[in-house]
Amino acid sequence: MVEIKTADQLNKKYLREGMWPTIFCNGCGHGTVLEYTLWAIEELGWDMDKTVFTSGIGCSSRLPGYINADGLHTTHGRAIAFATGIKAANPDLNIIVFTGDGDCAGIGGNHFIHAARRNIDMTVIMINNFIYGMTGGQLAPTAPLNSIATTAPYGNIEPPFDICNLAKALGANYVARWTVNHPYQPIKSVKDALAKKGFSLVEFLAPCPTAYGRRNRLGDIKKHWEWYDNNTILIEDYERIINYGSEKEKEEVKNMFPIGVFQDLEKPGFFEQYEKLVDRLMIKKNKKPVKKETVISR
Amino acid sequence: MKFIYDPIKIRDVLGNKIQFLLGDMACVYGGLLAGVSFFGGYPITPASEVSEGMARLLPRVGGTYIQMEDEIGSIAAIIGASWGGAKSMTATSGPGFSLMMENYGYAIMTETPCVIVNVQRTGPSTGQPTLGAQGDMMQARYGTHGDLEAIALAPSTVQECLDFTIEGFNLSEKYRNPVCIMTDGEVGHLRERIVIPDEKDLNLINRVQATIPKNKFIPFTDSQTRKNCKVPDFPTFGTGYRTYVTGLTHNEKGFPATDKQKDHEKLVNRITTKITDDADNLVMVEKLKLDDADIAFVTYGASARPAETAMDIARSHGKKVGLLRLQIVWPFPEKIVSKLAKQVDKIIVPEMNLGQIYHPIKEAACGNCEVELAPKIGGEMHLPSELLKYLGVK
Ligand SMILES: Cc1ncc(C[n+]2csc(CCOP(=O)(O)OP(=O)(O)O)c2C)c(N)n1
Ligand code: SF4
Ligand SMILES: [Mg+2]
Repeated sequence: MVEIKTADQLNKKYLREGMWPTIFCNGCGHGTVLEYTLWAIEELGWDMDKTVFTSGIGCSSRLPGYINADGLHTTHGRAIAFATGIKAANPDLNIIVFTGDGDCAGIGGNHFIHAARRNIDMTVIMINNFIYGMTGGQLAPTAPLNSIATTAPYGNIEPPFDICNLAKALGANYVARWTVNHPYQPIKSVKDALAKKGFSLVEFLAPCPTAYGRRNRLGDIKKHWEWYDNNTILIEDYERIINYGSEKEKEEVKNMFPIGVFQDLEKPGFFEQYEKLVDRLMIKKNKKPVKKETVISR
Repeated sequence: MKFIYDPIKIRDVLGNKIQFLLGDMACVYGGLLAGVSFFGGYPITPASEVSEGMARLLPRVGGTYIQMEDEIGSIAAIIGASWGGAKSMTATSGPGFSLMMENYGYAIMTETPCVIVNVQRTGPSTGQPTLGAQGDMMQARYGTHGDLEAIALAPSTVQECLDFTIEGFNLSEKYRNPVCIMTDGEVGHLRERIVIPDEKDLNLINRVQATIPKNKFIPFTDSQTRKNCKVPDFPTFGTGYRTYVTGLTHNEKGFPATDKQKDHEKLVNRITTKITDDADNLVMVEKLKLDDADIAFVTYGASARPAETAMDIARSHGKKVGLLRLQIVWPFPEKIVSKLAKQVDKIIVPEMNLGQIYHPIKEAACGNCEVELAPKIGGEMHLPSELLKYLGVK
């Protein structure tokens, strides 16, 4: 087998011919998230015959279509619930869910919450572009305060959703947030998430120049991408400043997005627990004396 | 842990061959006998006993039960499980059935076998949770958006809850369409004697797995291994076929073709005609005393029970009354009803709603006989005496 060294080789190995060009606009972050995920899979050496990609509806949810593997492109917000069933039917499969901020934190929030709580064995990769990209730029539950959307034309007054804090509170085994700007930490993080038992979440902050950047005057594509460097801070630094920093420092990081690994636990996944339950029942059953057949007459 | 279908274990878990059983529980038995290995559900009266029965018995045969966060998640999970290779099932009632509608359409569009038990209660909205109705019959057929064919069975007895759940799985696997078991709060909460069918009488049907070489396989087209069969072979996830499944309009390869009229027409024509072409094989009716009848009840499910009593009483008064009971309601047995309309003077349609299956019956009768609706709502079954009035018997 050839060793994969370049993005070209990676694409040849993992992507579906015949699905190009993608639906993505110039400067969209979704393709980069796909690339990082594929590098992580490559490093893990996963069998693509045993890996299933699931998604909901949205630009981000189109990613599975480009990957040469089994893919279930489902309904808006429901991918995680579909994925729960796939994993239950065949726990040998690796399950990756690609989802958007609208798909996951909006319409699909309840499925996300309960899969994280149950610690269902899957990796959710949520691409947060602060907007409903596919439908043309309506307000997403992750949109920062004051940001402009077609359905928030005078600026957003709703506090945004922090999906990582939510997942952490629910006890998900692995929770991380990154931006699309730097490959190394995110690829390692996706790798750790994929290798993890139970529920793992990696959130990517990613640009949508078409429906978010333009409307929020983030400049051209290059400037828009730079925005992520200037508005994020490593979680370790963030927490140090919040705990021990000066008022000035605190003010500076107040509106920044902490990035990094939020949680890393080793609790047993749902299906491990379920298997134990089944084993317990089988043993109990076998101990019981065999019952004679009695006929209940009418 | 992968599920292994083990008939001996299943029968051991079910127990005695003859039992006095609840209708909902009979659906559980039917599912287990058919080889269900995944159940996702959400509690709702009068269907909760199906979930409870599954929670108790499914792990004991090595299957997986998950109480999902809602009915949207329940049907999503059973569709996912089906692609993972499981026979899968959920159960609900009106409000939950309404929540399931989007993904019900997804199952139809993606040709995913699965079984939905709907223990109907009155509506609209929360209605009368503990009381039976037949108000979702049209919803099973037209409740999700777009062009489609539905398959739905309506049990009248507890035994039929068991038998039709098995049959529902068989039809679902055969046609790769979701199948609805449209029972109701009356039959679902009824206790009757049942007989567990012997293994040799089950005749289980399993979906035809994709077997042809991977580079020749086309996932969304006529079967590549069976002649004149519009149902594609099934590429279970994890078997190396690397199939992309989407609810978007897709071409034969499964790739989105959202702006192509021809692809959409071809796809939707195939997924509907795979059922309508085979309509003659999808007829399941019971004919009672129809040979000499000049008045006929045409009904289904719980409503058929008082209708049968009314028929017998009317016969004792010298009235020539018969009964046609629709066991498969969708696809609608048009030919049979239309033939009956030419034989009798009048068809009476008892339904626990304000007129649903009455409409296709009237359409099939096509003016050849009078068709009268005998509606009853409010969570009570028709009394035979109420139906006798329609027959002119006091
Ligand atoms: C039930 C339902 N409601 C609404 C829609 C319309 N819709 C399609 S994509 C989308 C938003 C997607 O946003 P997000 O998940 O953030 O993905 P993005 O396009 O930004 O990557 C909406 C509202 C739908 N397809 N289904
Ligand atoms: S609309 Fe936004 S999210 Fe969608 S493809 Fe374009 S840039 Fe990406
Ligand atoms: Mg978005």
